[in-house]
Amino acid sequence: MSPRPGFVLEVDRSTPPTLFMHGEGFRLEQLPVGSRVIYAPEALPLLRDPSEAIRQALLHPVDADPLPSMLFPGMKLTIAFDDISLPLPPMRRPDARQRVIEAVLDLAAAAGVDDVHLIAALALHRRMTEAELRHALGDRIYDAFAPRGALYNHDAEDPDAMAFLGETDKGEEVEISRRAAESDLLVYVNINLVAMDGGHKSTATGLSSYRSLRHHHNVATMRKSRSFMDQHRSELHSSNWRMGEVIRKAGVKIFQIETTLNNDTFPKPFDFLQKREWEWTARDRMTFLASSKSLARTPERVKRSIFQSIQAPHDLTGVTAGEVEAVHRITTAKVMEQQLVVVEGQTDILTLGLPYIGPYNVNSVMNPILVMCLGLGYFFNMYKERPLVREGGVLIMSHPTPWEFHPVHHPSYIDFFEQVLSETTDPIEIEKRFERSFAEDEWYRHLYRTGHAYHGVHPFYMWYWGSHALEHLGGVIVVGGDPKAVRRLGFKPASTLRDALEMAEDVVGRDPSITHLHAPPLLMAQVT
Amino acid sequence: MKALRFERSLPRFAAARVAGAWAPGRGAAVGPLRLADIDPPRLPDGSWQRVRPRLAGICGSDLATIDGASSRWFEPIVSFPFVPGHEVVGDLDDGTRVVLEPVLGCGPRGITPPCAACAGRDVGRCTNITAGHLEPGLQTGYCCDTGGGWSTVLVAHESQLHLVPDTLSDEAAVMVEPTACAIRGALAALPLADNGVVTVIGAGTLGLCTIAALARWASPRELIVGAKHPHQRTLARDLGATLVVNPDELRRAVRRSRGSLMVGECTATRLAGGADVTLDCVGSEESLTEALAITRPGGRIVMIGMPGTVTVDLTPLWQRGIELVGAYAYGTESMPDHGQRRTFDLAFELVAEAGLDRLVSTTYPLDRYRDALAHAAEAGSRGAVKVAFDLRKEKERDWL
Repeated sequence: MSPRPGFVLEVDRSTPPTLFMHGEGFRLEQLPVGSRVIYAPEALPLLRDPSEAIRQALLHPVDADPLPSMLFPGMKLTIAFDDISLPLPPMRRPDARQRVIEAVLDLAAAAGVDDVHLIAALALHRRMTEAELRHALGDRIYDAFAPRGALYNHDAEDPDAMAFLGETDKGEEVEISRRAAESDLLVYVNINLVAMDGGHKSTATGLSSYRSLRHHHNVATMRKSRSFMDQHRSELHSSNWRMGEVIRKAGVKIFQIETTLNNDTFPKPFDFLQKREWEWTARDRMTFLASSKSLARTPERVKRSIFQSIQAPHDLTGVTAGEVEAVHRITTAKVMEQQLVVVEGQTDILTLGLPYIGPYNVNSVMNPILVMCLGLGYFFNMYKERPLVREGGVLIMSHPTPWEFHPVHHPSYIDFFEQVLSETTDPIEIEKRFERSFAEDEWYRHLYRTGHAYHGVHPFYMWYWGSHALEHLGGVIVVGGDPKAVRRLGFKPASTLRDALEMAEDVVGRDPSITHLHAPPLLMAQVT
Repeated sequence: MKALRFERSLPRFAAARVAGAWAPGRGAAVGPLRLADIDPPRLPDGSWQRVRPRLAGICGSDLATIDGASSRWFEPIVSFPFVPGHEVVGDLDDGTRVVLEPVLGCGPRGITPPCAACAGRDVGRCTNITAGHLEPGLQTGYCCDTGGGWSTVLVAHESQLHLVPDTLSDEAAVMVEPTACAIRGALAALPLADNGVVTVIGAGTLGLCTIAALARWASPRELIVGAKHPHQRTLARDLGATLVVNPDELRRAVRRSRGSLMVGECTATRLAGGADVTLDCVGSEESLTEALAITRPGGRIVMIGMPGTVTVDLTPLWQRGIELVGAYAYGTESMPDHGQRRTFDLAFELVAEAGLDRLVSTTYPLDRYRDALAHAAEAGSRGAVKVAFDLRKEKERDWL
């Protein structure tokens, strides 16, 4: 049976309560009659033989020569791959990156290539740990390359390891990993979880530095990206594409391999989280009740550990290799096939249940800034054509939003939250007054380069990610969040969804239209 | 006359210590402090005058005394029974309004020739505070011979009196003494504070006055303040702080300002660099430990808040070559332009310029001394800064 497409439910009196993710927990909420709930399409079928599909993609690439013909003895080969931020949740072993890179390495070995470097293309994200690298690439690859220094994390703050390639016609500086730039071939292995990923963004962002990133990771770009999940209306992508052109003209030869996953997000016993509520079985209901009650009694640290240990059953639905842009067109179509849902008209109030995980808190803490980024950055932008919520509308997010930070992963976030947001939440003022000092702070540089810290400037990018939403919305309310933390974000706290809806009416008027984005599983709304 | 009198009573002192530890300011209910009708202090000689207090402030050192938490260091330099109160604006018999400079140095004690400090008009460093014709007592408010501000009458030596200009309200005048203390501390931060990163720990009365003094006489590149309560944060900003943070955010704020590294783990342990000067306006074990953690090697810590017996690891003081400087009282200051000024003259100026009368949050009559002391002890959490006794309507004031 083919998977059912996405679906917009109109809530009536017989509709069961709707599941809202709520950090390391979940809530059932009774939405008012007439509300809409958007459900993601069901999981697409997996590739029957992923290894064979990968082999075929490498042998029959799009708009490029077969990979074996590009490999020769004595060449310098660099394989870059997406970092810990993808996919979400982390996938069960074998990870898509392991499957693809093993295939590439087999071909390289057959061609007698022995100068191979593997680089985690993390830009200004935190360095991956050994365990994380082993999970993404497999023990065989790790043990073969890491001990001799041929498998490592990208270091955007090592001046000797970066190469300046030139400027775009808009004056954007392009600087990427020297090893990648000076290789005979750069193979980029990507996981396209959402439409924003991949394309020229892989190399132009993943292997770049603050010097380059600041040209598109800024408020003006994000506000001109409507949305950044829609490549053709995204200034973020336009900038990356211009940079991609500079990289190409500089002679960097890229063989792009992009993979797509289905949206089978939660393993048993949490698989009920991705079902439509009226299709819950008695067993699902029991699991919900049992897990809700036990989670309510579980210490936060233990809950976090339980949820962070979830490995998603999602797996490959497609793999495409070849020329960057040609590959990305196919990949994006596949992502849309999995995620796109047509929604008629905007809404006054958009509700979201934010999960425990986002791209920047894998094995970490979802701090308040990441809550903002996940809601106003990622989920708000999961649209084509028009935002789901109308201009001046209200976004209601459900999340505990604890005033808590991972001190190793997010040191600059703590200062951003304490010192920047206490002064202003205006993205433009923040960018102007504070960005440079955080970006050039030696301590943050040190922690980024030697520890496992996100770069000093990273919390700014999180805030910019939400800047389009901040400009668009009339208000943001967080249900069940730490009131102090929520207020520091510039949002309003509410104890219940009912309270939040009443508060929202002060902004959007009485009898508002309400739409709930039932994610995860991830979906993208095409708002007509 | 009506007065709050502090008597020597070990059982009551012990009770105050227990009550004060349980709830600050509660030592007043069980301790050696009593509202009493006592004889007014006698005038030692013709150079003394009677002062009828109008307002008398409650200071942190008073609260420590009442809660039995002050250091035993003071035992030989106070004399019992005494009437507390050293932040005083009052009237002389001829109606002249005066502010009291409470240190009982060589002048009030009739000692001639005066010690070197008093000869240089630096009375805060007097070496004769137990000698002369007065009983021991470092200040009015701790000496059994002079009375104190928490009463309807005290006596003061002419060298202790400063005329109050008509333009200055009683509320402003009662702020002169604590402001003078803060000015001494702020000037002790020079020259390191000039164009440097300066941190102030605590934003009670002393902290806020210190901020105002630093803003007036130093030019710090960044003036960072750790303030616990919202009204303190607002006042700190108004008075010249460039960055105000919660006390537990101070280390990170200083680190950010200096761009220095942290030592140890990513969790804020201590800074590799740090502030050029830290002014500790709290005087607790925690505040001094914090000061040592956030002051750069070769920097200076100025202790303005009265410390008690504290246990602090002084290794950083040694290893980082930090100067630890006490800033008690007032006298004569060496100014940045190399001139000499009386601290009280500077305080009068600053109180008027910075509008420090706004720091007087509330006043109480003597009869409600327990409420007043409890309020003062919880001033921060109750949205107040300076709590004072208002004696202007005390009937006994006019009987004498």
